[in-house]
Amino acid sequence: MSNVPTDRRYTDSHEWVQPQGDGVFRVGITDHAQELLGDLVFVETPEIGRHVNAKQDCAVVESVKAASDVYAPIAGEIVGANEELSGTPETINQDAHGAGWIFEIKADNPADYDGLMDAAAYEALVASEG
Amino acid sequence: MAFIPHTDEDIQAMLAAIGAPSIEALFDEIPAELRAGPLERVPERLSEMEVQRLMRERAEQDRQPLCFIGAGAYEHHIPAAVWELTTRGEFYSAYTPYQAEASQGTLQLLYEYQSMMASLTGMDVSNASMYDGASALAEAVLMAVRIHKSARRVLMPATVHPIWRRVVESIVKHQRIELVELPYCTEGGHTIPESLERFAGEDFAALVIPQPNFFGVLEDVDALTDWAHAHKMLAIGVVNPTSLALLRPPGEWGETGADIVVGEGQPLGIPLSSGGPYFGFMACKQAYVRQMPGRIIGATTDLDGKRGYALTLQAREQHIRRSKATSNICTNQGLMVTAATIYMALTGPEGLARVAAASHANTRRLAEQLDGLAGAEIAFARPYFHEVVVRLPRAANAVLKDMEAQGILGGFDLTPYYPELGDALLVCATETKSDADLAEYVQAFAKSLKAFDLSRFA
Repeated sequence: MSNVPTDRRYTDSHEWVQPQGDGVFRVGITDHAQELLGDLVFVETPEIGRHVNAKQDCAVVESVKAASDVYAPIAGEIVGANEELSGTPETINQDAHGAGWIFEIKADNPADYDGLMDAAAYEALVASEG
Repeated sequence: MAFIPHTDEDIQAMLAAIGAPSIEALFDEIPAELRAGPLERVPERLSEMEVQRLMRERAEQDRQPLCFIGAGAYEHHIPAAVWELTTRGEFYSAYTPYQAEASQGTLQLLYEYQSMMASLTGMDVSNASMYDGASALAEAVLMAVRIHKSARRVLMPATVHPIWRRVVESIVKHQRIELVELPYCTEGGHTIPESLERFAGEDFAALVIPQPNFFGVLEDVDALTDWAHAHKMLAIGVVNPTSLALLRPPGEWGETGADIVVGEGQPLGIPLSSGGPYFGFMACKQAYVRQMPGRIIGATTDLDGKRGYALTLQAREQHIRRSKATSNICTNQGLMVTAATIYMALTGPEGLARVAAASHANTRRLAEQLDGLAGAEIAFARPYFHEVVVRLPRAANAVLKDMEAQGILGGFDLTPYYPELGDALLVCATETKSDADLAEYVQAFAKSLKAFDLSRFA
């Protein structure tokens, strides 16, 4: 079973969302998602300043055999992107929930965060997907 | 499950299951006038023996005339080993190998091909080929627009192959990309770098730079490349691969080199076979590799330390990325690439340079003899590779018809594409032409023009 920290929430498309204060949230893909994708070879981070809606695709992670969209978990403005990943996409494989974060979003409505899954619900989802 | 088409019983069972009385009834929705009837112009089937006889008769009609047509498709000598090896069972697949990890030989060959193309073009990376040169140029335009982000216009010289320009237009116009045509110098047959100044300050994604251009003329590639970069555009080189054995590669054009390079790979060992198949090549700078359509093969070592080859970049191809693929026509011409790789491996850089030099020398010899002959003249006083424009005192199509009657395909009629040139032919002589062939051309050419001269005073 992959590691599912309890200090953050999750989406059913396998992103994690962690509050940074001031309505800013850090987003990445879960450890479970990186395991499924395999060795990552490229990450395309979103443009800073862009406004995105919830569930809108805004980043791409590519492994040798697949390219997957990463969706904005909540609506807001992109305020940060992890540029380190362009040279070392494997950071996501090594530390998906920490150094492998992908972007930061300033929420239009910070309360949207509360509507996301908690760790237990996400673990149940992963278990049900078998 | 056996791969046997459904039987009459299967069909009846399926119709019964959905409650349709007949197969015809399934098409009731379609108005009768829209339905295609029997194919009227398709002849009855023939037996194998009849097909053989028909083919023999057709082959006899093909008198193998001497061909001096280039215009994008070039006759070069192909060593016998090229197709002997290419058509071995291990390689003989007409289409993209999708389960590529299983075929290490094919992957190694593509790896070698990419290495050779990168070296020939002076670029960082080459993909594993595309459909043909024209669609590769269209893909380069799309790629430049993706990279540039803000502009959807591309500067396209009139000296780019006119049919390629139409192909590009057909592919990109539906994506709201505009091609802005650049006029050429009617004395030199080239794009004048200074003439670009009126576009300075405007938002363009790229400038296309053909070398040699459609007229066979060499463009001022350094000035054009630097101008594009000074105005925040990408430089897309369109090159003849044979010419690269002699000319400076696009990776070395101007201060920093072209950004994307495309062209037609046919001159590298693919015969002129009634118009196809051909293959396109595409190379680019490392920084743009993610925006390049197609696939890249990499070399690696396996767990036992043995060398192996793997598809390292294909995640943006349509079978994986579907609607978000970089391109949906980045079809890989595996078999043509196999032939080209073997051709390049056999000829080597020196051999390819000899082919290029002999082609240039033959064209030069021919051009010198045609210039001033019976009222004809070489149109452009600029350096050329292995093709020249000849102005005629008589309709080009009539000259071509006369020469064809004498067993010579005399060139490509430019009149419909470049009416401003008057009656003009594009003539190409490659290394395949002997002195006797050139003499035969000159004789037939003179005869066709003199016949015309006489008729005027008859």
